[in-house]
Amino acid sequence: MEKKKRIRTAAIIIAAILVSLCLLDIATRLCVPKYMSGALDGAFIAEYYDEKLPHDVLFVGDCEVFSNISPVALWREYGITSFVRGSAQQLIWQSYYLLEEMLAHETPKAVVFNVLSLKYNEPQKEAYNRIALDGMKLSRYKLAAVEASMLQGQRDADTGEVVNESFLSYVFPLLRYHSRWSSLTSDDVKYMYGRDKVTHNGYYMRVDANGVSPDELPAVRPLDDYTFGSTATEYLDKMVTLCESHGVELILMKAPSLVPHWYDEYEAQVEAYASAHGLRYINVLAAANDIGIDYETDTFDRGMHMNLSGAEKVTSYVGGILSDEFGIPDRRGDEEYASVWAEKEKFYDDMIAAQQKELAELGHLVHFGAVG
Amino acid sequence: MLYTSAEFIIFAAVLLAVYHTLPRVCKPYLLLLSSVIFFASYAWYNLPFLIFTVLVTYAGGIAVAKVYERGEGEISSGEFDRETKKEMRRRVKRRAKLVMALTVTADIAVLAVLKYYNFALHNANALLHFTKNESDLFITLALPLGISFYTFMCVGYVVDVFRKKYSAERNILKVALFAAYFPQLVQGPFSRYDETGAQLWSPSDVGADALSWAFLRIAWGYFKKLVLADRVAVAVNALAGDADAYRGAYALAAVVLYSIRIYADFTGGIDITIGLSEALGVKLRENFIRPYFSKSIAEYWRRWHISLGEWFREYLFYPLSIAGPVGKASKWVKKHVGAGAAKRFPVYVATVIVWFVTGIWHGAAWNFIAWGMANCVVILISQELSPLYEKFHAKTGIGEGGAWGAFMIVRTYFLMSMIRMFDVYADVGKTFSAVGSIFTTFNYGVFFDGSMLTLGLTGADYALLAVGCAVIFAVSVLGGKKSLRERTSGRYALRVSLSCLLAVATLVFGAYGIGYDASQFIYNQF
Repeated sequence: MEKKKRIRTAAIIIAAILVSLCLLDIATRLCVPKYMSGALDGAFIAEYYDEKLPHDVLFVGDCEVFSNISPVALWREYGITSFVRGSAQQLIWQSYYLLEEMLAHETPKAVVFNVLSLKYNEPQKEAYNRIALDGMKLSRYKLAAVEASMLQGQRDADTGEVVNESFLSYVFPLLRYHSRWSSLTSDDVKYMYGRDKVTHNGYYMRVDANGVSPDELPAVRPLDDYTFGSTATEYLDKMVTLCESHGVELILMKAPSLVPHWYDEYEAQVEAYASAHGLRYINVLAAANDIGIDYETDTFDRGMHMNLSGAEKVTSYVGGILSDEFGIPDRRGDEEYASVWAEKEKFYDDMIAAQQKELAELGHLVHFGAVG
Repeated sequence: MLYTSAEFIIFAAVLLAVYHTLPRVCKPYLLLLSSVIFFASYAWYNLPFLIFTVLVTYAGGIAVAKVYERGEGEISSGEFDRETKKEMRRRVKRRAKLVMALTVTADIAVLAVLKYYNFALHNANALLHFTKNESDLFITLALPLGISFYTFMCVGYVVDVFRKKYSAERNILKVALFAAYFPQLVQGPFSRYDETGAQLWSPSDVGADALSWAFLRIAWGYFKKLVLADRVAVAVNALAGDADAYRGAYALAAVVLYSIRIYADFTGGIDITIGLSEALGVKLRENFIRPYFSKSIAEYWRRWHISLGEWFREYLFYPLSIAGPVGKASKWVKKHVGAGAAKRFPVYVATVIVWFVTGIWHGAAWNFIAWGMANCVVILISQELSPLYEKFHAKTGIGEGGAWGAFMIVRTYFLMSMIRMFDVYADVGKTFSAVGSIFTTFNYGVFFDGSMLTLGLTGADYALLAVGCAVIFAVSVLGGKKSLRERTSGRYALRVSLSCLLAVATLVFGAYGIGYDASQFIYNQF
């Protein structure tokens, strides 16, 4: 009898612990932001894990890669398979660890790193850290990225508040997002166990145009110091070493954008670095006129990010270099690739049609991350 | 290392795991080491103050014991008549008293300098204007963790040795562990050496019953602190931050919300302390007996922060009320005012002093002194009026149960909660003005027009607070006649299930992380 009672007690205790763990899992899935409507940026990074086939080119960097390079356009024109792993204001150490994670799973022919983030030497905003890191699967790369990215007593660039991020909250996101319990939406329930795709191999599409004439831009503010910080440079060095150790070509790129201003002093440092390390540096910003970028029609937010039209011009230009100078192969003849990329092309074309329809009906975009 | 920080939870988990694998003989040393680490995690540079207090207390206890031993030796060494022996004993006691007084003075001096020096200097300068830059003379050290608690416990130890309640401890590490035992450093409870000294050095085995109860208690404490206290703190801080704007109904809201906050904060912290200590095999005394069910302020103080009240009764109130000068003054009062006043005089003097000290123990500021004196006045008035109450009850036949009892409970709750506003507004004038406005500013529509949602709490937050308070109320009622510990005795599965449920609720609904200030327990600041 006593033994029976003990077994029963033990069973209830084990059940209680298991039920609690299940409840915590459900609460976590429910509370973490889904980024399926409003701002979509937080959903970008995780989409890499859905890829079935390896890529010949990987793009890493901030918003200047995810809005300026279209892997589907690259595929269509050159047959190059690629993926863009970028998020808003993605810092160089985040790009480094994302790249390290990808190189643990595949070996592309080339990696293209957009250099804008070299200007940041310290973590900037908790929100952007989350957008870049929450989508990463738990791994040593993620933990290292978290360690390098956390604001620890620094002021958040947006709110100005001193922020102390908790390492544990990246491992157990409920610790960060539990307070969303009172503001959950139907999306939080709908996407608990899976999310829709919002990018095209990491490319964030926008067909609308909100251009700017270079004359309308505010005067350029001189800086006290233009030198890239030691941490940023250190991670660029690490990226070079990492690519070398995997036998991958590292290419530097500066995407075309009028805001934020890309200073000549930045440009000189990147050129000097590329030259010193024998790296190809593609300055699309400088080539913008030659490739037909018109900032009045090719951006969707007054010169910061390219829209579809601008992105396809940038992609075509970069693709030409990748194909001609680096001999990145054309895989369009490979059936396996062709069938996978056909699906991607369909999704791409459907989204173009959907965005154009909404644009025609409303005069502006409401969905697709346009408002949020 | 806040109780609510991940560091502390990891620290406690590792400690418990290691502690229960160690042989019994090693356990006290681990407790001492972890206590030192915990203390130093707040401000390592304050360790010398703790060490000083331990050394003084240890040496004082030994010295008092030696005086007695030597005295007894002298008395028993010769053949003295009864009167001579009596006189010798009196002399010995005087010497012991002197040593005890010196030790207590040294202990209190550290507290006085670190906690009250700036306050005293500021007030002296306000009177005498001896410097224009008084802040240059301020001590800017952070207060040692738990100094108000461990100093009083050490004083109690030396006084008890003097009173021969127990013998002086010969092992300095035992005294050190008694003073520095980390669960008590955060916010008490005060314990006496004869209660915890032996337990700390020889902790009892922790069986399934104790462990399951300890975890339930800890989970309950975290629930109260994180779900209720830290959530309601947002609104309390908003209300207290602009007392001039938030008057009338808002001041009443501050009264109620702060009563929730301090209850959940203090009792929650004590639950964690007692639970953790029990998991370590050391039973600490209870500090609360459903205080918001009290029918008078005097009763409230027998149910709230019990260990502080007992400490003051034992080490201040009783000695003061029988002190020589007070007795002499009573005689003067008897001669010049009357026997009735003389009878009351020692009690009144002791009560006023005790409440003054209680006030200033909570903080070196006038608002705390005013808070202490307000308690004192209400208690003395209520004492004076007690014959009238008795007549009223006798005449009307209304007892203290039923509706009248409920009225007394509500009355005491609001009275105490209003007195506590000295703590909230931290300014005597503002407190009188704000509490007064409850009766003079009739803006009670703000309870219904959404204004309460501008204080940093949403409707969902208020709903959660209401549910949390209902749970606390239900638990209090359930624990009324028979303690919950007894009710759940042997039902490990129930305890573990409830602990898990509370842990999940706290993780989901707790007010912690970015957007919330990680707040220390209120009583830790006292």
